[in-house]
Amino acid sequence: MEKLVNDFSFGLFFWQAIILLVLIVLLVKFAWKPIMTAITAREVGIASAISAAENARKEMQNLQADNQRILNEARAEREAMMKEAREIKEKMIADAKAEAQAAGDKIIEQAKATINSEKNAAMAELKGQVSSLSVEIAEKLLKTELSNKEAQSALVVKMLDDVKLN
Amino acid sequence: MVLTGKSIKNTLTALIAVIPSLFFANPAADTTHVHGEAAAHAEAGHHEGEHAPADKKGKIKAFIDHHLKDSHDFVFFSDETTGEHYGFSLPVILLDNGLKVFSSSEFHHGEKVAEVEGNYYALHHEKIYKLNSATEELSLDEHGHPRAPQVMDFSITKNVVAMLFTAILMFLLFTGLAKSYKKGPIPTGMGRALEPLILFIRDEVAIPNIGEKKYRKFMGYLLTVFFFILILNLIGLTPIGINVTGNIAITLCLALFTFIVTQFSANKDYWKHIFWMPDVPVIMKIVLIPIELLGTLTKPFALTIRLYANISAGHIVVMSLLGLIFVFKNWIAGPSFFGLTLFISVIEILVAFLQAFVFTMLSSLFIGMAVQDHHHEEDHDAHTDEEPIII
Repeated sequence: MEKLVNDFSFGLFFWQAIILLVLIVLLVKFAWKPIMTAITAREVGIASAISAAENARKEMQNLQADNQRILNEARAEREAMMKEAREIKEKMIADAKAEAQAAGDKIIEQAKATINSEKNAAMAELKGQVSSLSVEIAEKLLKTELSNKEAQSALVVKMLDDVKLN
Repeated sequence: MVLTGKSIKNTLTALIAVIPSLFFANPAADTTHVHGEAAAHAEAGHHEGEHAPADKKGKIKAFIDHHLKDSHDFVFFSDETTGEHYGFSLPVILLDNGLKVFSSSEFHHGEKVAEVEGNYYALHHEKIYKLNSATEELSLDEHGHPRAPQVMDFSITKNVVAMLFTAILMFLLFTGLAKSYKKGPIPTGMGRALEPLILFIRDEVAIPNIGEKKYRKFMGYLLTVFFFILILNLIGLTPIGINVTGNIAITLCLALFTFIVTQFSANKDYWKHIFWMPDVPVIMKIVLIPIELLGTLTKPFALTIRLYANISAGHIVVMSLLGLIFVFKNWIAGPSFFGLTLFISVIEILVAFLQAFVFTMLSSLFIGMAVQDHHHEEDHDAHTDEEPIII
């Protein structure tokens, strides 16, 4: 302890106090303040940059999810549209077929009816002609054959035979 | 200590690489200090250094003593045989009936009495005493102290020069670093080595001890003190080997700064815990007042002694080991003590960083205790481990 007290130099203490005090004041003003401000600003900058990057990443993810969703929707829509189109096509074909069928049937029906009526008309005409012909024949026969009894009976027989053959 | 960055590593490597040369050079260079010292001793009829040059141990002891002390002139090396000193004189400033300023060369390294304006001054063990006449011998009492009165000495000594050098170096380094931030967010050059240390002090020392909210106000003081002690410690390890931080006046001044900063930043709770401890009986409150008051004084005292003792011890060990080379003077002792010195020197570099760190750490701890907001449930736990013992 005595050595410590003996070693103590007030002059050195005095200069040290002045130097340290001046040094602290100068360094605080010209060094520590700007350094600490710069470091803090840099750290804040880094932190904000990191959070910004994180946000950007999240946004990107959201965007990608959105894109995927939109893509899926579009795909589904396309499929639905195609399905609908296919259905419409099939329906149209079926409709057309049915219509054609109906039209054909109708034409055939009409043709049949026409044929029938034509046939009937022809038959009626034929019948008329046959009857008038037979009347004419009978008339002619009656005119010519009434004088000849034999001939008349022969004719009648002959005619009757003809009729049967007919 | 966490030291990151290649620059620090490189700097340290370079420092370590230089050590052998510097410590090898030191004893040879400085031995004539001993001469002057021994002469002074001889003059006083106290030491047989001069009369028995064979007594190497006494010489080495005197040399180490001399090395640990402050000096009034800056001697790089001297020649023992011719008694010549190579270096430069420093101004001596005395406060003795007015300011007396003269060059330390007047003392001829303690060998002569300086005469200034009719006053006579003698240099003994780096202290200046006033004599009545030029022919008067400095007489010593039975304890070896001179009888002549001491004068107030405000000389620019070797330590003051070292401190001024450190102060200028720090100012240039850190204003340079501050400027480099204007160019970009990442410092260049020396700043790369300094910035991790600044961040270390902030993140590992100031914030944990003082707290996130209040640390900013004390950063200037803590950083200044840290780098001041660190650079002076490291200067002590260079070939110039100025022992600044191993000087009691320096460490006491540093500790007083911490003490003053602590007391002036202390809040109401701090004073309340000293003068009227809450949550204890009234009698205990009264008993605790002197204990707590003493506690505030032991803190700077511990700071003073810790730094002084650590750095002085380092210098003494290194110098003693080197001295042993010259005591034994043979081929076995030489290299082995040299190796040992090298090893201790590397440890001293660690100690240089460690002591700067410990001083800053404890300063911030004391400041932290003075400014923290006490929560009365926990604050008694905080009180029991008030003063952790670190080295």
